[in-house]
Formats: sequence, C-alpha cells, structure tokens
Amino acid sequence: MSASRSWKRPPIIERPLLRWGLTTGGVLFLVLSIGTMEVNWERVAAGVPRAERFIASFFPPDFTSKSTDIWAGIIESLWMTVVSTVIGILLSIPVGLGATRNLSPRYVYLISRGILAVSRTFPEIIVALFAVKLFGFGPFAGIIALSIGSIGFYGKLLAEDIEDMDPVQAEAVKATGASWFQWLNYSVQPQVMPRMIGLAMYRFDINFRESAVLGIVGAGGIGATLITSFDRYEFSSSAAILLIIIGIVMVVEYSSGFIRKWVQ
Amino acid sequence: MLRLQKLTKKYKTGDLALKSIDLEVPDGQVMALIGPSGAGKSTLIRCVNRLVEPTSGSVHLNETEVSSLGQNQLRKARRRMGMIFQEYALVERLSVMENVLSGRLGYVSFWRSYFRKFPQKDIDEAFRLLERVGLDHMADKRADELSGGQRQRVGICRALIQDPELLLIDEPTASLDPKTSRQIMRLICELCKERKLSAIINIHDVLLAQMFAERIVGLQLGEVVYDGPPSNLKAEVLTTIYGEEDWEATIDKVDDDDDTELDTVPLSSDKVE
Repeated sequence: MSASRSWKRPPIIERPLLRWGLTTGGVLFLVLSIGTMEVNWERVAAGVPRAERFIASFFPPDFTSKSTDIWAGIIESLWMTVVSTVIGILLSIPVGLGATRNLSPRYVYLISRGILAVSRTFPEIIVALFAVKLFGFGPFAGIIALSIGSIGFYGKLLAEDIEDMDPVQAEAVKATGASWFQWLNYSVQPQVMPRMIGLAMYRFDINFRESAVLGIVGAGGIGATLITSFDRYEFSSSAAILLIIIGIVMVVEYSSGFIRKWVQ
Repeated sequence: MLRLQKLTKKYKTGDLALKSIDLEVPDGQVMALIGPSGAGKSTLIRCVNRLVEPTSGSVHLNETEVSSLGQNQLRKARRRMGMIFQEYALVERLSVMENVLSGRLGYVSFWRSYFRKFPQKDIDEAFRLLERVGLDHMADKRADELSGGQRQRVGICRALIQDPELLLIDEPTASLDPKTSRQIMRLICELCKERKLSAIINIHDVLLAQMFAERIVGLQLGEVVYDGPPSNLKAEVLTTIYGEEDWEATIDKVDDDDDTELDTVPLSSDKVE
C-alpha cells in the first residue's frame, strides 16, 4: 500500500504571480470605481416623494381620450416591426452563410464578419438618427434602422448555429452528389431551422420594443405618440401606451414559446 | 472497377495518413479494411469520393479518373459511389423518406428536390428499398425516432437508391450491439450480391470482417500490411496490423460462429428492436 497522495483541482491560471496579480487588480479596480461614484443622498431623498406623485399621475391609465393617436401609433409600430424583421432576416441569410468558417472561403468569411460587426456597432437609435437626417421623419427611417440592426443580430447567430452543426450529416448529403444549394436545403437547413425560427420570434420582439424608442428621434411608430403624451404631461395616456406595449410583448413571448415547441 | 495508385494523403498538421497506397478492388468484391484507430481507414475511403482531397496519387472508378475531376464532374462521379457511415449520419430532423430520397439529389434539379417532387420512379424505388429492409411502414417517421439498427438500414437505403457501382462503408457497426451488427453486415453483403456491387468496408471488428468479407486488407500507419483471404488471418498477421496481443481467442471463435450464426438468425426476425 502506497502513501496517500494529495489532490487539488489545478488552478485555471498556472503562474501564481499572474493569478494573484489579476485578482488583486480586479478587486482594486472595483473598490476605486465604487469610491469615485458620487451620490448626493439629499437629492435622492428629495426625489422619493416626487417619484410618488409622478407614478400616481399615471393612474388611472387613460385609453380613450387619445385612442385614435394610440391606435395609429401601435399599428404603425407593428407594421414597422413586421417589415423590418422580414427584410432584416432575408438580408442576413446570405451574410450569415458567408460568415461561417465551415461553408465559406476565407475572404468571404472576413468580408461577411465585417458587415456583421459594422451593423452591430451602432445601436438602432443612432442609426435611426442618421436615417431621419437622410430620408426625413417617419416610419421609413425606423424601418431602415431596425433592418440594419436585425441583419447584425440574426446574421451573427445564424452563422454561429451553422458552425455548430453536425458535420457528419452534412458530409453524408454531400457524398450523394448533391449540388451546393441542395446540400444547403437537405443538410444545413434542417439542422438550424428550429433555433432560427425561435430567434426570428425573438428579433420580432426586439424590433417591436425598439420601434417604441425610435419615435423619440422622429423615426415613426408608437414612440412618437408616447413622447408627445409625456411632453404634454398627459401621463395617464402614457400609462395606457406602456400597458399596450407590455401586453403585445407578452403575447409575442408566449406565442414564441408555443411556436418553438411546435417546430422542434 | 476501383483502382488506387500511389494514393497519398498528408494533412495540414503534417500527419501522413496514407503512404502511397496501391489497391485494386475488382467488380463485385466485398473487401474489408481493418486496422487500428488512426491507421488511415476513414481517410482512405473518403479520398475515393473526395470528401477528403488526396495529396497525390490517383483514384480510378472504371474509366473515370475521380482524382482529377472538376466540381460538376465530381458530383456526377459521387452518384456512382454510395456511402454508409459510422453514426448513420442521417439528417435527424428529416423524415425517413426524405433521408432515403436524398440519395437521388445528384439526379434531380434543385427546385424538384426543394419541393420534394421526386420522380415517381424514385419514390417507387425508395419504397421498394425500405420494404426490402423492413422499414416501409416508417417512411414518414422522423429519422431521430428510429433505433440504431433501423437508422443504419435507412442509411443503407440512401446509399443504394443512388444506384451506385461501389459502396464505401465506414464502420457500419461501430455503434450497434453485436446481434444488430451481424444483421446489418449480412444485409449489406446480401445487397451487394443481389446488385453485384463492390464494397470497401472499414471495420474494427476482426471477427465480423472474417465472417462477411471475401478479402481482407490490413492497414497500419497508412500502409497496406496485409492483403489476402480471411482464412489466412493468423495471429502473426493480426500482430503486424494491430501490435502484440493474445489473438488466439479472436481467431478460434470465428470457426464456431461462422456457419451457425449465418443460418439461424433470419433477417426478418428483428422487426421489433
């Protein structure tokens, strides 16, 4: 019988100096950042009763007095959402296919990844600001902004899903003498489809919520109605709009869960 | 039928997987390729249909030099070589029928295949093949609902509907239980006989190779170290292929199994798995 040997899980960072250096560095940075944060507690205290009054003015939500404006805004938002989701996904398919290491030659890969990176660099609201300057106020600017955002989001996730697929299934279809498009349709598409449908639903959800923000910079949608009601201190109408947005997001949420289960 | 000349494959990593292989498979011969993991068996059969590009040397399928074909011609050549895979490699979210019909992709246009409008004779042939392997009632089941043995039989149908001249078979029994393994090997050999196909079968199980193949080729570190009938596969030979081990038990068993197994388990007895 040999002497018992001790065992410890090997540390993730092998060199002790580097390991402890990184740990103390991280802790120091956190302490310093908290220390430099200035909180004026008097102003926080003064804000509390104001917040109470502010929130109270939201009740009861008023769905009726601005109902034509609200419905027009909601319809416009939904319309923007549908159009930009469809456009964004259609455009992101070729870019996403190009951005995969296992399907595309290296230069196509680099170009496509570049497109995806650029379209994700700017938040939708910034793209919308540009689009409003270029094409004027209205939902068209919003559609441009949301479509560009969708390309970056959907293309990247599509590319990653294709890179994770089972290569053997793909190899088997290739071995039958299938053409490239047949191969795509018979071996790649079935493997990525369920996840991509779920992500399309998720992107729809994001685009709808974004469309409520884009109105603030004049790019159409329910956001314009919302910001107008804020500016006029019609908080009970604002509350109605917010409740409708929450309701629609919840409907999308539940139906996406249902659809995902159905396509699996 | 199939002729490999000085076939060499060197991977980017610098590994020399095949060292100038010369090999000829005549018409209608079922050949088993044995050898330890990493000997180059998989690489060899993938070099034949160029799922792996050979570094040098040539592959001839009858009069066609497969190794020098352009993309379009290569697709046509691939139709003549059916492939059966280790983990079945069915597309799991497609139905059994779609998996079988995918063997016809090289023959039909994109839009026909996209709308699943295959010619009636392809569909008839698919049903006949499925019936032959006892799975016609499963045509609309999804491939991932099937058991291992059933999946492999669908894989066999997919390869055969290509109407190939040669079957390339990569470890067909590696993930199957012993009984199913035998049934699958027997089925493959019967079908090869019926259709007068040549086949290269990569296989780990020396016993199975001896039971079913007419010829055995032993591969070790990318070189052919044995080429002969199953009966000459003696302990010394297995030692040159795999290395030192007690081989007597492996060889003895063959004689017991050989005849009894073949006759007593008919194919139809495994409908329920």
